[in-house]
Amino acid sequence: MNTQLDSKVPAGALEEKWTKHRAESKLVNPNNKRKFDIIVVGSGLAGASAAASLAEMGYGVKCFCFQDSPRRAHSIAAQGGINAAKNYQNDGDSVYRLFYDTIKGGDFRSREANVYRLAEVSANIIDQCVAQGVPFAREYGGLLANRSFGGAQVSRTFYARGQTGQQLLLGAYQALAQQIAVGGVKMFPRTELLDIVIVDGHAKGIVVRDLLSGEISSHAGDTVVLATGGYGNVFYLSTNARGCNVSATYRAYKRGAFFANPCYTQIHPTCIPVGGTYQSKLTLMSESLRNDGRVWVPKNKGDNRPPSQIPDSDRDYYLERKYPSFGNLAPRDIASRSAKEVCDEGRGVGPGGLGVYLDFAEAIGRLGEKTIRERYGNLFDIYHNITGEDAYHLPMRIYPAVHYTMGGLWVDYNLMSNVPGLHVLGEANFSDHGANRLGASALMQGLADGYFVIPSTIANYLATQLGKKVSVDRPEFNATENEVRKTVAKLLSIKGKRTATSFHRELGLLLWEKCGMARSRESLQEALQKIPSLREEFWQNLNLQGGDMELNQSLEQAGRVADFLEFAELMCLDALEREESCGGHFRVEYQTKEGEAVRDDADFCHVAAWQCTGTDSKPVRNVEPLVFENVKLATRSYK
Amino acid sequence: MNFKLKIWRQPNQKTAGEFHDYAASNIPAEASFLEMLDIVNEGLAEGNEDPIAFDSDCREGICGMCSLVINGIPHGPGKAKTTCQLYMRRFQDGDTIWIEPFRAAPFPVVKDLVVDRSAFDRIIESGGYITARTGSAPEANSVPIGKPIADLAMEAAACIGCGACVAACPNSSAMLFVGAKVSHLGLLPQGQPERKSRAHNMVRAMDELGFGNCTNHYECEAVCPAEINRTFISRLNREYRKAAVREAVAVTVDE
Ligand SMILES: Cc1cc2nc3c(=O)[nH]c(=O)nc-3n(C[C@H](O)[C@H](O)[C@H](O)COP(=O)(O)OP(=O)(O)OC[C@H]3O[C@@H](n4cnc5c(N)ncnc54)[C@H](O)[C@@H]3O)c2cc1C
Ligand code: SF4
Ligand code: FES
Repeated sequence: MNTQLDSKVPAGALEEKWTKHRAESKLVNPNNKRKFDIIVVGSGLAGASAAASLAEMGYGVKCFCFQDSPRRAHSIAAQGGINAAKNYQNDGDSVYRLFYDTIKGGDFRSREANVYRLAEVSANIIDQCVAQGVPFAREYGGLLANRSFGGAQVSRTFYARGQTGQQLLLGAYQALAQQIAVGGVKMFPRTELLDIVIVDGHAKGIVVRDLLSGEISSHAGDTVVLATGGYGNVFYLSTNARGCNVSATYRAYKRGAFFANPCYTQIHPTCIPVGGTYQSKLTLMSESLRNDGRVWVPKNKGDNRPPSQIPDSDRDYYLERKYPSFGNLAPRDIASRSAKEVCDEGRGVGPGGLGVYLDFAEAIGRLGEKTIRERYGNLFDIYHNITGEDAYHLPMRIYPAVHYTMGGLWVDYNLMSNVPGLHVLGEANFSDHGANRLGASALMQGLADGYFVIPSTIANYLATQLGKKVSVDRPEFNATENEVRKTVAKLLSIKGKRTATSFHRELGLLLWEKCGMARSRESLQEALQKIPSLREEFWQNLNLQGGDMELNQSLEQAGRVADFLEFAELMCLDALEREESCGGHFRVEYQTKEGEAVRDDADFCHVAAWQCTGTDSKPVRNVEPLVFENVKLATRSYK
Repeated sequence: MNFKLKIWRQPNQKTAGEFHDYAASNIPAEASFLEMLDIVNEGLAEGNEDPIAFDSDCREGICGMCSLVINGIPHGPGKAKTTCQLYMRRFQDGDTIWIEPFRAAPFPVVKDLVVDRSAFDRIIESGGYITARTGSAPEANSVPIGKPIADLAMEAAACIGCGACVAACPNSSAMLFVGAKVSHLGLLPQGQPERKSRAHNMVRAMDELGFGNCTNHYECEAVCPAEINRTFISRLNREYRKAAVREAVAVTVDE
């Protein structure tokens, strides 16, 4: 039986929905706020901003993260910037334009009302961050500076050198610290969520493991907010931090939350190419570099001359050639696929031919090395440190890498999943980016969700929960804890020969080849056949050292890999059943003669929200139709 | 490449630790230092030995999670780098490499190379913020900030909170870390209302948490991956003196 999904999008004109919704939302009076305990899992931009804001409002908040400090959440690594419809550049930007760019960038696979709200609150985010002391780049006159970013023709991106995520996260972390100091938030670092506790159908608590002592315990709350980030590490190699995982959202899925569009993964076009099998992660070169760098490969196959000796006439600036109006700023999926194409044609550069040039010679000639150094100095330094090459004098070599996941837990307009009481924010939810996210929009979404959306919408749930508090004495907690303990014990008892890393690497490679930049029915069927046997081998042959009642990083990793091994199957299944190409999901069967993606709006203009029916039985594919009342579905064109 | 490793192993906070010898064999020169340790750990697990515990997350020099003292230097040889940004090509084939945890009383060892740096969070909680309740902020461009000031604030804000400055300091002082935060926020107009109490409270928290005083060695600046400048320490001293004077006056008035 398929479940009807109610997005709870308010009626009325697009521009008025959010204002109206806020006006009509329930309120919790100040005295009652104190009585509610909110569990926030995650301290990235979404989690930290939510925890701090909710505590400021008077709710009691417990916040959890697995790093040793909330300041180290993966959001810290974002480089390029954050979008906002301020129109400070007077270049025709507006809330509507940011909305439209995001909908179009997402290949018409996101919800209009959510995206419009995102664009609407974007301006407030910048105000909030500036008030916290986020040192955004400024003009000489003292006003805020902007840059342009992939997929947009206006300059609406705010940035703090190449460390925008760090500075935004420090702003949110400091607000969180202030609330920790006054007792509004109790922080649990080095604590990992291992399960969600459902009481009478509602999310009322979590089971966690203290990563230092190994102790497993429960926490009860009136509602649970997951802000645990994305699942890009299912591919093993990605630009994500090592600890990023799917465990929190996947375990919620196993407890009944629907997982939406898991096949929508984003491959970022500008990363440092893979070096060898020892490699533990890939490093992103912010795509802001594409503002001044020109992407090219040799025109001819087998042209092994050093780049400086290849004259312009023998170079193919393929993005400028194929997409004259967007050129090097074409959206990520298009830029990534184009790079793969030229490498598949044998025109790639660097070791293994898996790379393309990103060349700054022209920009340095036009603007001077000093300006380029000022704009991208730290990125050039990172590149030099990793590759040993100097990009001021040699073009960079870049290649696409897994970067972001648009899929995530299904949520309604209030950011609540189909499980009452379970809210999901940031990259962990599926909401705003459709099938492809535009650059500088994840930071915007994380902070929109945490600072402005959830503080307004959470009361719609909490107001129904007065007097319904549960404690960890309820049998559901004990039962869930026992299941968690059993899984941990099982992992430790296998005593096989292969480490979790070795399984993870094999899974990652399989997915990169079969469910990566291009997918086909055959490749996906092959993956779906191989994943279960890999999973079976994992549960029979895992080599896991150490015990459970201590800091045991191998155990943490094994638990995450176990979840990736199940989740991978869901991802491939979703990719198989979405018989169209859209955004980051490119099915080779659905393309034009020129190799452009072909969407199927008649059959697939919907969200696929997967419902778990047990580990060994096929999940149910529920559907939320996407209704476009304000934009016309168009073929995405960046020509 | 091949290396001889001398690595600090310590089962937990309460048990004493010691150096153990390990061999790192067939390490690609392009591997990072932590990838070298990953390879060693895979080997240990295959031989049914407990892998070496060490912290890392972003592996690109921004989260501040990685630590390690390598051949006596926090974050190892080279300027302006974290441990995760160190590459094996910097070493010679056959080198002996000493690897131990950050050592400072306020950062107790948790296991092997992992330390507890939560004292830094306590310092920030004592005042390292600008109180700005969500929703109450004025229009972002209503307060212009000159580019030189904004740039200087950004330089101070770049601190990644890794703690190498403390590990490098003979007194385990956190002055560079605190100086960076007090300067970042104190330079900006938004940070003025809490400027004095911030400096005062953060310095006091630093003392209470067991960090030592600055006696001008500046080992901190030498190892700082974010190139936080020592002038931020002088700035902190000035801010703190001003705050202290104010407090002294306030105390007199109270009496
Ligand atoms: C290298 C890089 C550069 C980027 N640059 C940009 C950019 O310029 N602009 C932009 O808009 N976006 C960028 N992005 C994307 C953006 O950074 C992320 O999408 C965003 O920061 C995610 O924020 P979040 O709060 O949802 O999750 P995260 O920041 O990933 O935080 C997740 C939190 O959940 C916690 N957590 C996770 N699992 C568990 C668990 N099981 N138990 C307990 N806690 C858990 C973690 O400890 C952490 O605190 C970039 C991403 C990468 C990888
Ligand atoms: S001042 Fe430098 S060394 Fe000290 S914590 Fe900050 S970044 Fe690390
Ligand atoms: S692991 Fe993040 S700074 Fe080294």
